[in-house]
Amino acid sequence: MTTLFTVVCRYDDLLPERGAAALLGTRQVALFRTFDGTVHAIANRDPFTGANVLSRGIVGNRGDRTTLASPLHKQVFDLSTGACLDDPEVVVPVYPTRVRDGLVEVAAG
Amino acid sequence: MDLVVVGNGMVGQRLVEAVRERDREGRWRVTVFGEEPRRAYDRVALSSYFDGVPAADLDLVAAGCYDGADCVLHLDEPVTRIDLTEHSVSTGAGRTVRYDALVLATGSYPFVPPVPGRDLPGCFVYRTLDDLDAIRDAADHAAGQTRGRRAGLVVGGGLLGLEAARALRLLGLSPHVVELAPRLMPLQVDEAGAGLLREMIEELDVTVHTGTSVASIQPAADSPRLIATLASGVELDVDLVVFSAGVRPRDQLAREAGLAVGERGGVVVDDGCRTSDPDVYAVGECACAGGRVYGLVAPGYAMAEVVADRLVGGRATFTAADTSTKLKLMGVDVASFGDALGTSPGALAVTLHNPVAHTYAKLVVSDDAKTLLGGLLVGDASRYASLRPLVGRPLPGDPVAMIAPAGADAGSGAGALPGEAQVCSCHAVTKGAIAAAISEHGLCDVAGVKECTRAGTGCGSCVPLLKSLLADSGVALSTALCEHFDHTRAELFEIVRAGGIGTFTELVQAHGRGRGCDICKPVVASILASLEHGHILDGEQAALQDTNDHFLANIQRNGTYSVVPRIPGGEVTPDKLVVLGEVARDFGLYTKITGAQRIDLLGARVEQLPAIWRRLVDAGFESGHAYGKALRTVKSCVGSTWCRYGVQDSVSLAIELELRYRGIRSPHKIKAGVSGCARECAEAQSKDVGVIATENGWNLYVGGNGGFRPRHADLLLADVDTATLVTTVDRFIMFYVRTADRLQRTAAWVESLSRDGVDGLAYLRSVLVDDSLGIAAELDAAMARHVDCYTDEWAEVLADPRRLSRFVSFVNAPDTPDPSITFVSERGQPRPVSVGPVPVALEVLR
Repeated sequence: MTTLFTVVCRYDDLLPERGAAALLGTRQVALFRTFDGTVHAIANRDPFTGANVLSRGIVGNRGDRTTLASPLHKQVFDLSTGACLDDPEVVVPVYPTRVRDGLVEVAAG
Repeated sequence: MDLVVVGNGMVGQRLVEAVRERDREGRWRVTVFGEEPRRAYDRVALSSYFDGVPAADLDLVAAGCYDGADCVLHLDEPVTRIDLTEHSVSTGAGRTVRYDALVLATGSYPFVPPVPGRDLPGCFVYRTLDDLDAIRDAADHAAGQTRGRRAGLVVGGGLLGLEAARALRLLGLSPHVVELAPRLMPLQVDEAGAGLLREMIEELDVTVHTGTSVASIQPAADSPRLIATLASGVELDVDLVVFSAGVRPRDQLAREAGLAVGERGGVVVDDGCRTSDPDVYAVGECACAGGRVYGLVAPGYAMAEVVADRLVGGRATFTAADTSTKLKLMGVDVASFGDALGTSPGALAVTLHNPVAHTYAKLVVSDDAKTLLGGLLVGDASRYASLRPLVGRPLPGDPVAMIAPAGADAGSGAGALPGEAQVCSCHAVTKGAIAAAISEHGLCDVAGVKECTRAGTGCGSCVPLLKSLLADSGVALSTALCEHFDHTRAELFEIVRAGGIGTFTELVQAHGRGRGCDICKPVVASILASLEHGHILDGEQAALQDTNDHFLANIQRNGTYSVVPRIPGGEVTPDKLVVLGEVARDFGLYTKITGAQRIDLLGARVEQLPAIWRRLVDAGFESGHAYGKALRTVKSCVGSTWCRYGVQDSVSLAIELELRYRGIRSPHKIKAGVSGCARECAEAQSKDVGVIATENGWNLYVGGNGGFRPRHADLLLADVDTATLVTTVDRFIMFYVRTADRLQRTAAWVESLSRDGVDGLAYLRSVLVDDSLGIAAELDAAMARHVDCYTDEWAEVLADPRRLSRFVSFVNAPDTPDPSITFVSERGQPRPVSVGPVPVALEVLR
C-alpha cells in the first residue's frame, strides 16, 4: 500500500503549540505544531462527544509523551499514537505527516 | 513463516496488530483476507454512523499496519476453501495461498427467523456498514413517499435490537421493537429491570411489543409500505423492517474443511484457541470455546491476544470470560454482572425499585445470604464498579444498604473489600496487590496505579475504586498544580509578579518542567492577563488559552460557540435589542435569555464569529466575557428610579461596577448583583459580590454562589457609602485574583482564609478594611491599572487581520463550514443534531 501525502498548508500557518483543522476530502484532520517543531496529525473528531473539535485543544506533555487535551471534557490523547491516556479503550486515528519546502503534508488516505 | 488470517473484523484486526506487536523478530509474514470492501471498522459503534460519524472515523486499523510488504490485506476477497492437508486457502479471486498457521476470524451472521415475506424489499439485517447504507437509503426513500411519521420495525429486543432501534430513531423513524420473550433483553435483565427499561425507552418514541413474534410481512395494498402482522394479531404499517434477533457463528468454511464444530455451531477450540487441526486457530464469534460461543467483542479480543502469544511461542490460555456488561442503551444505563437473573439453585434476590427516580437495582445472593452471586442495575449503574468485584465473595454488609441510594451507608466501597477481592477484573488485580503497590512504590495517583499494576487500564470501570483505595491508604493530596509545576496557583502568581515573568516558556523553564498541559497553561495565561493587561491572544499567550478564550466565545457540545455581548446591569436600549434580534436571525442563532440578564446567541461556527461580532461592535456592544474566568455580569433590579419600594439607584451602581471590573481575569468566574432594597430582587446574596441598598447606603456581601452547592454570601460591610463600597470590592477582587486556587470560587476561598481560630470573613475584613497585611495600596493600584488599561477584546480582534486569520473552519478551506454541524428546528429555533459519542466500549453483543 502506498502512502499518499496531500499538501495542507504552509508550515508557518500553524501556530507553535496550537492546533488547526484541515479538510481532506470528507475527512477532518487536526494538525498540531509542537514545541520541538514536529507536526502531528490526528482525527479531528472527539471520540467522547462526536464533535469535530480536537484541533482546538491544548497541547502539552504528560511525562515524555506529547499530548493534546480535548477542549470539551479534557480527556488527554498521546499525539504520537492517538491513545487516550485517560481511557485505555479509546484511540483516535493518527495520520503520517511531513514538511517539504515549507509545506505541511498529511497522509490521511 | 506465513500466517493467514481469514476475516478482517474487529477481532481479526486485533489479532493482526497483536501479532505484529509481539513478533519482534519478524518471524511471521501476515496475509489477511477480508470479505467486505472495507477494512476493519468499529461494529460496536455502528449506530453512531447515523449520528453523522463518517465511515472513516469508525476505521480501526492502526496507522501503518499494512504499509510494509510483510503484512498484506486483501479486501473484497472472501476465502472460499481451506485445504488442511496442503496447508493452503483459496479465495474468491482465484488465489491460493499457503500457510504455516491459519487463524479463522470469520465472525458471525445475523439470524433471520423464517418469517414469510422476510426477503421483500424493505427488509434488512443490521450487521455491516453496507447494511446501514441500505437502511438509510430506504429511510430516505420513505421520506419522499410516506405522509406523516415514518416507522420501522425491529425484530429482536436484545442488545442488538435496541441498538438497531436507536439507529432507526436517528434516521427519524418511529421504531417498533418486537421481542419473542416476555421482556426486553431477556438474557441480561430480569422482568422488573426490563419493565423499567421499557418505560424509559417508550418515552423516546419506541413502541415495544413483547411476548409475540412477527407472523408475516406483506406489501401494503395502496402504498410502498409493508404490513407486518404479529402473532398477537396486531398489524403494523411500517416503512422498513430490520432483523436483529441475534447472531450465529460463521463456521461453514471450517465445517467444509473437516474441522470440528460445536453442537450449536462454532469452530471448537481448546484453551489455546487451537482448532482440531493444530495449525489452525479460531477467534471471536466464530469460535466455540469451552462449549460456548461468545457474542461479545471483549472475549474475542482476549482470544486474539492468546493466539498472538501462542504464535510467538507463548503459553497463554483463554478461560471462561467475564460477560459482565455495563452500557448505555438509548441513554439508559444498564449493568448486569455475575448471576444477574438468579438462576443458581436457592439464590435469593434483594431488589430496590424506585419508579420515581427511574432506577432499579438487584443483588443476587446465595441461599444462606452470605455470598454475592450477581446483580443488575438499571437507570443508575454507578455502583457497578464497586459491586462487580464482590461477586463470589462474602457480603461485606447488609445487601439493601449496598444498593441503597448514595448518601446511605454504602458498605460497598473499597474499604469493605477483602484483600484478595479482584478490583480490576480485566487484568485480575486484587485489592491487596493494589494496596501493596501503593505503599511499596509510594504511588500518589491513579495514573501511577495504572502504570504499576495495570489495574484500571481495561474497561476502566474500577477507576473510582482505585481512587478510594488511594484515599484509604492515606495518600496526602499534593498541592502541586500539575506535573509541570510544584507550586499552587497563588505561589505562581507571586513568582510571576515578583519576577516580572512575561511568558509561559520563561516560567516553565525557570520554575517548572515539561511543556505544560490543559491545567497549567490556562492558569498561567490567566495570571499573565491579570498582571500584564496585554491582549489575551498576543504572542505565545494565544497557545495557552483554552478554546473559549482562544475564540472569545463559549464552546458548545457540537463544537459551535455561543455569543454573549455585555449588557451592563441588564439595561439595554430598544435599538440595541433590535440589533441582537437581527444578528440572531441573520446568522440563524438560537436565542435565549440568560439567568444573568443577558442574551445568549448559540450555534455560531468559528468562521462566523468575526462577522457576528462586527455587527455587534458596530452597534456599540462589547465582549461579555461569558467565555472567560472573569467578571461575568452585575445583575440588578430596577431600583429606586422606578420601583416604589427601592431606596437606592441599584441600576446605576450595577452598571458602574460592571464597567469597572469587566475583563478582569480571575481564578474562576465572578458574578455580582445589586438590589435596590431589602426585598433583594437581584438575588445579590447568591453572588460572589452582592450589594443590597439600605436607607443609609449599601450593605456588601461576599462569597455567595449558586450552582452545584448553593451558598449565601456573608455580610462584610454594613451601611457604607458608594466610594467605600467600591474601594472594598476593588480590594476583594484583587486579593482573590492573587491568592485563590485554580477554579476556586470566592465562597471556598473565603472559607479557606480562616486561620488560628479567626474565621475567613473576619480575616478578610482585617486585610481589606484594616490593611493588616499592608497591601491595600498595592491592591488599589493594581485595580486602577486594570481600569485604565481595559479595552474590548473583540474590537481589538476585529481590528487585527493577524488575529482574525485564526477564525477559520479549516486551514486549507477557510470558508467551508464544518459539514458535521447540523441543526433541526425546535419551537421555531435551531437545535443541534445530537452528535453522540463514538462508542468504543466493548460490551455490545453482535
